[in-house]
Amino acid sequence: MTVVRRVVLDVLKPHQPNALEFARAIARTGADYCVRLTVLEVDENTETLQIEIEGKLIDFEAIQSSISDMGGSLHSIDEVEVCSEPDIG
Amino acid sequence: MSLLQQVRFLLNITRTHDIVRRYLVVNGFDGALTMLGIIIGFAVSSSADISVIINACLGAAIALGVSGVSSAYVSESAERRRALGKLEEAMISDLQDSAHGEAARLTPMLIALVNGSAPLIISLLILTPLWLADAGIPLPLSPLYAAIIIALLLVFLLGVFLGHIAGRSWLRSGIQTMLIAVATAALIYLFAG
Repeated sequence: MTVVRRVVLDVLKPHQPNALEFARAIARTGADYCVRLTVLEVDENTETLQIEIEGKLIDFEAIQSSISDMGGSLHSIDEVEVCSEPDIG
Repeated sequence: MSLLQQVRFLLNITRTHDIVRRYLVVNGFDGALTMLGIIIGFAVSSSADISVIINACLGAAIALGVSGVSSAYVSESAERRRALGKLEEAMISDLQDSAHGEAARLTPMLIALVNGSAPLIISLLILTPLWLADAGIPLPLSPLYAAIIIALLLVFLLGVFLGHIAGRSWLRSGIQTMLIAVATAALIYLFAG
């Protein structure tokens, strides 16, 4: 079994919700997520972000859904950290 | 997310807090001055039956409410659709299923509700003394004059609210808006009295 421990995403989002609300919404998708959000570029209507998410068991689909719910668009997965774990039972 | 938090979130992402506030004051003011005008008109006319005055005022209040709801809904829907279209262009993606799409559908309804209910509620409050008198409850002064006092008080409170928003003296702002209502009353007395 493999578990995702860390991902770094390149995301485009509208100005609203702001970076803090955006990071909070992503953090709420998991129980122990630590979200580090960096605004890389600000345009007239959009912002380009780098979002780093760390957790014991990252649910990537839930994160992706949270991003699109807030009007964001996932451009690329720039870094991942995936670990294998022995199956229990 | 609770309903209130959801509403706050949608208003926040569409940046429409100030529009809601503006509509509340503008149409509330409309409602108060319209009622003030009709009631003063009756006060300076030969005495009319109180139920006739109530019906005339209620008719105007309902018309103001419906006008507020429909005009705000039509204009805000168009504005929100335009804003969503611009955002979709910038994002190069369909945002209909996102919070922005939901906000574009729900905020016009919310704004319309505020725009329609502000004059309606204010008008109904102003009519309270007339209803009490119609129900046979004795009042210390004429129901028409009591309604005029309530109208002036509500206009003053709208001014206080504006003063609070602008971060300046609430008393000065309240007196300013009340002076507008007094000037309106004076004009009505001048032309109709």
